[in-house]
Amino acid sequence: MTAVSLDGVRSPGAVQLLSPEGERVAHPEYDIALSDAELRSLYRDLVLVRRVDTEATALQRQGELGLWASCLGQEAAQVGSGRVLRPGDFAFPTYRDHGVTWTRGVPPLDMLSMFRGVTNGGWDPLQKRCAPYTIVIGNQALHGVGYAMGIRLDGSDDAAIAYFGDGATAEGDVNEAFVFASVFNAPVVFFCQNNQWAISQPRDRQSRVPIYERAAGFGFPGVQVDGNDILAVMAVTRHALDRARAGEGPTLIEAFTYRMAAHTSSDDPTRYRHADELEVWRLRDPIERLKVFLARQGLADRQFFDQVEREADELAVVVRDGVRAMPEPPSQAMFDHVYAEPHRLIEEQRRAVADYDASFGDEVHA
Amino acid sequence: MTTMTMAKALNAGLRRAMEADDRVVLFGEDIGRLGGVFRITDGLQKDFGEHRVMDAPLAESGIVGTAVGMAMRGYRPVLEIQFDGFVYPAFDQIVSQVAKMHRRTEGTVPMPIVIRIPYGGGIGAVEHHSESPEAYFAHTAGLRVLTPSDPQAAYLTIQQAIACQDPVVYFEPKRRYWDKGEVDEQVDALDLLQVADPWRARVVRTGSDVTVACYGPMVRTCLEAAEASTDASLEVIDLQSLSPLDLDTVIASVERTGRLVVVHEASGNAGLGAEVAARVAERCFFTLEAPVLRVTGYDVPYPPSRLEEHFLPDLDRVLDAVDRAMAF
Ligand SMILES: Cc1ncc(C[n+]2csc(CCOP(=O)(O)OP(=O)(O)O)c2C)c(N)n1
Ligand SMILES: [Mg+2]
Repeated sequence: MTAVSLDGVRSPGAVQLLSPEGERVAHPEYDIALSDAELRSLYRDLVLVRRVDTEATALQRQGELGLWASCLGQEAAQVGSGRVLRPGDFAFPTYRDHGVTWTRGVPPLDMLSMFRGVTNGGWDPLQKRCAPYTIVIGNQALHGVGYAMGIRLDGSDDAAIAYFGDGATAEGDVNEAFVFASVFNAPVVFFCQNNQWAISQPRDRQSRVPIYERAAGFGFPGVQVDGNDILAVMAVTRHALDRARAGEGPTLIEAFTYRMAAHTSSDDPTRYRHADELEVWRLRDPIERLKVFLARQGLADRQFFDQVEREADELAVVVRDGVRAMPEPPSQAMFDHVYAEPHRLIEEQRRAVADYDASFGDEVHA
Repeated sequence: MTTMTMAKALNAGLRRAMEADDRVVLFGEDIGRLGGVFRITDGLQKDFGEHRVMDAPLAESGIVGTAVGMAMRGYRPVLEIQFDGFVYPAFDQIVSQVAKMHRRTEGTVPMPIVIRIPYGGGIGAVEHHSESPEAYFAHTAGLRVLTPSDPQAAYLTIQQAIACQDPVVYFEPKRRYWDKGEVDEQVDALDLLQVADPWRARVVRTGSDVTVACYGPMVRTCLEAAEASTDASLEVIDLQSLSPLDLDTVIASVERTGRLVVVHEASGNAGLGAEVAARVAERCFFTLEAPVLRVTGYDVPYPPSRLEEHFLPDLDRVLDAVDRAMAF
């Protein structure tokens, strides 16, 4: 276990533009120029996403959500990659990528509705240009590639980005996605958040080589980035998107990060990982890092940080009240949208359930 | 006799099977240190070692496909699929290879593989964690399908499944994992093959008016319905073996009661209930006093958890069907 956890802490080759201490560092290949206002708005996004996540965790404990998959610690990887997408691009997130859906303009309550159990979706993917959260590991990687193949057929310079975890890299679907993307030179970015764990299994249970290195075997570039450094994530992702737009095909980005929370609210990580690992990663917190940088550079003052904090408090209230106020779906809702066209069996059962429910009168059943 | 949960009984059964035969190996996601997300394999890696309780890479086709090779090498792999909705990446290996290898090799290569799948709803989960896909597997020749309904059955049948030379898809009713029951750990499951034949249905409650055939998570629901039924006396049969189905036990009962209600959580269309109903109709045409009725999940994708109480057959729906059968 010790060897594994050390492996999950070091990433000497990863692209970095902001050190864990909040110092701006240079990289020979990657850089990004952002205005002061943009830098501040990145900080704001990170703080607000974290607050949504913290609130959701609390709401789950209070029984208001059935489950929650926390993105704690991964905010920079998610927000950074999402922020460099253009409006016409399309994202394919997993159940953990709340920072990505945030950047696509998905309202926080829509992210939570699936976890409350009132829907299996939550938003209009075509309008947000963001697919529903995919729970079956790896499935969405192929969807991202297919979407990108469509972009290519259109002759457009949009791009697709498919998100998945370190664990997912073992699935057939993800490997097939690599093959298809390569063969069809699809304008897709594979964004793998290596958070070191797939539930209880460490990264080396999925791959004996660093994840980004696997891209080479499929015929496209792979790059490892410090996933807790939002500037580096943006620089690397923008570069990959530019390549895709220019017809140069797919890129695999491995964002080296850490799952600071349990796998989900149902998990007990004390059964399989050491707390020291968490301590090491706490020092690399993606938000603290940007905050220190902003403060040291004089790009933001106390007043700004306080104001973001107040905004987060207000958002928390919206989330708490909004979740509790979500309408309970009526029993008939289970028959909605099963098919796009009328379907005999569904209509028959819809009527039968309505009659059955009516037979109870006002009496409560079930 | 010891009182234990079904989860503990499965754990004890796995342990006993591993002690009895060192070719039994466990393979699945998070089954080692974590003991599986439901803790069914809790402590087994510690006691039997990492070579016998292996955490697999996150790839279900990989888990089942490599198990085929291990079986060819003489091992008896017992696989854990983390949830019902995650077995589909492995569907090809199960249907094309696990199910057909013995036949293809003209009986020279058996596939003594057990594929454990926690299944069914009622636990307030997100999508893909509440499905009942048993009919896909029961439909596939070459596979046997078992599902226990209580701790004692779980303790015995998991061992019998592991000892079986055929592949067994073993569906564990996850919402009953924490139900307690008496388990006799002294008995030898393999000696018991005659008395407690896993491929036989079990009459779990005798009655005289209506036969209720069910399995897995619905057995408890139907027993509760039988308890609550004031107008009719219900005989409850736990089918237990979904492939092969033991129709003899069901028919013997229907010959006395004249009425049959089949209950399962899975959607009704082309489900196990349809098969039971058809076969009983073929053989009991003159004894039936009412048409065979089914109480099942509706033909929709398993709904979001706030709707699942409407989807799942419950005591009221079972009794409603009983009333309709009695009214004929
Ligand atoms: C096909 C499939 N198998 C198993 C699962 C159960 N499961 C949910 S999350 C998870 C681990 C995923 O790890 P990783 O890809 O690293 O993503 P992370 O959760 O760390 O973000 C597993 C095994 C699943 N959702 N889908
Ligand atoms: Mg992971």
